[in-house]
Amino acid sequence: MLRKIVVMVFVFACFILQSSVFGNLAFNGIIPNLMIILTSSFGFMRGEEEGMIIGFICGLLCDVFFGSILGFYALIYMYIGFLNGKFSMIFYPEDIKLPLALIIVSDISYGVICYCLMFLLRGRFNFPYYFTGVILPESLYTILVTMFLYPLILKVNQLLETKEKRSAQKFV
Amino acid sequence: MSPIIKKRGDNFTLPSKYLLFILTFICVIMMLVTFGTNVFNRPFNRVLGYAVVPFQQGISKVGGWISHRSEELVQIRTLLDENAALKEQVAALTEENTLLQQDKYELNKLRALMELDDQYGEYEKIGARIISRDSSNWYSSFIIDKGSNDGLADDMNVIAEGGLVGRITSVGPNWSRVTSIIDDTSNVSAMTLATEDNLIVSGDLQLMTDGVISFSKLVDSKNQVAEGDKIVTSNISDKYLPNILIGYIHTINRDANNLTNSGYITPAVDFEHLGEVLVILDLKQQIKE
Repeated sequence: MLRKIVVMVFVFACFILQSSVFGNLAFNGIIPNLMIILTSSFGFMRGEEEGMIIGFICGLLCDVFFGSILGFYALIYMYIGFLNGKFSMIFYPEDIKLPLALIIVSDISYGVICYCLMFLLRGRFNFPYYFTGVILPESLYTILVTMFLYPLILKVNQLLETKEKRSAQKFV
Repeated sequence: MSPIIKKRGDNFTLPSKYLLFILTFICVIMMLVTFGTNVFNRPFNRVLGYAVVPFQQGISKVGGWISHRSEELVQIRTLLDENAALKEQVAALTEENTLLQQDKYELNKLRALMELDDQYGEYEKIGARIISRDSSNWYSSFIIDKGSNDGLADDMNVIAEGGLVGRITSVGPNWSRVTSIIDDTSNVSAMTLATEDNLIVSGDLQLMTDGVISFSKLVDSKNQVAEGDKIVTSNISDKYLPNILIGYIHTINRDANNLTNSGYITPAVDFEHLGEVLVILDLKQQIKE
């Protein structure tokens, strides 16, 4: 229960930050994607199921406020969370290389999927522009923010896990 | 093995594969349903409106205050110079204004004779503050802090600084989403003010950084339209009210088919520094001829 509340607070805080504060901190009109950080880090920290559900919630938030149809971003984020969950087997909290690599790959693939489904299908064929002008800057900015946000998520997750372990021991 | 695994105790858990399948199915259904209707939007808009919007309002207020203060410090010097220049301009403009006032009386008289309404000023408007921007980098829409509680509805036109900003595409109780005309999916039916030639103004993500939007399908067989001409919303648009300023022609090129022209428009509104907007409460469909 505590975990659910904490995660929801994370999701809402990140969404609000992303849509208001980072709008003012945009570099050349590009804002980082905090939802991807959240989705994929909970994915590889906690496994497929949690990554998938958090991705679904993050995506649904984006859909309600900024999407033209409901369910589109939810679907993309959900699969990103699920696929990141596949890596929970080889995740160790001490190792920072895997999380960074996973987050950057997630963000780039999110960008490419968005481009393909929303721009390529409407006849915008200039992929090099969209890649260098939107997708790449977004993922670089995202990785910069990850440096600060990821340790926080990791710390909170570890605290929650120790707490859960302790309460589980109590009942045994 | 059965898909539903019984764990210790009485808790049933679904393997994540099946949960993924179920959620995918839900997403696809939602997409199909919301593509045509907006049944699902209303409850979501309502619940999330009350959960998220108050925070966004607070943050945007604080952020606005901070950026305002920092801007003040930077700008004091330039403002002093500007003040002197502006005072001269005020003198010139006052003189011009008196001349224009006289013209306006004449115009009103002529309008009354022609039984034409003064269109632009008569719309009922309401001010709103922008509280958040699109969280993705692909589109340019934003959220304002007024919604259906204040009488806003889908497709209402939004203006700022005397120019067209966009239209409302989604409404919650205390927020609404405005899709701007520089958004990649936006198309506006427009016309040139001087010659009343129709054209289509469409937003483009690629042009956004250059501060222009593109237009196309301008017929102009007599070659009368020139750079710098005013572009306003057309009479034939079914979403936008007529004669709202969109911008000025930046460049104009003849298409390869030698029949139509296309080119770029400089918008009248500075989309990067929008803080407050005006929503026109009249809908195009309501206005009776």
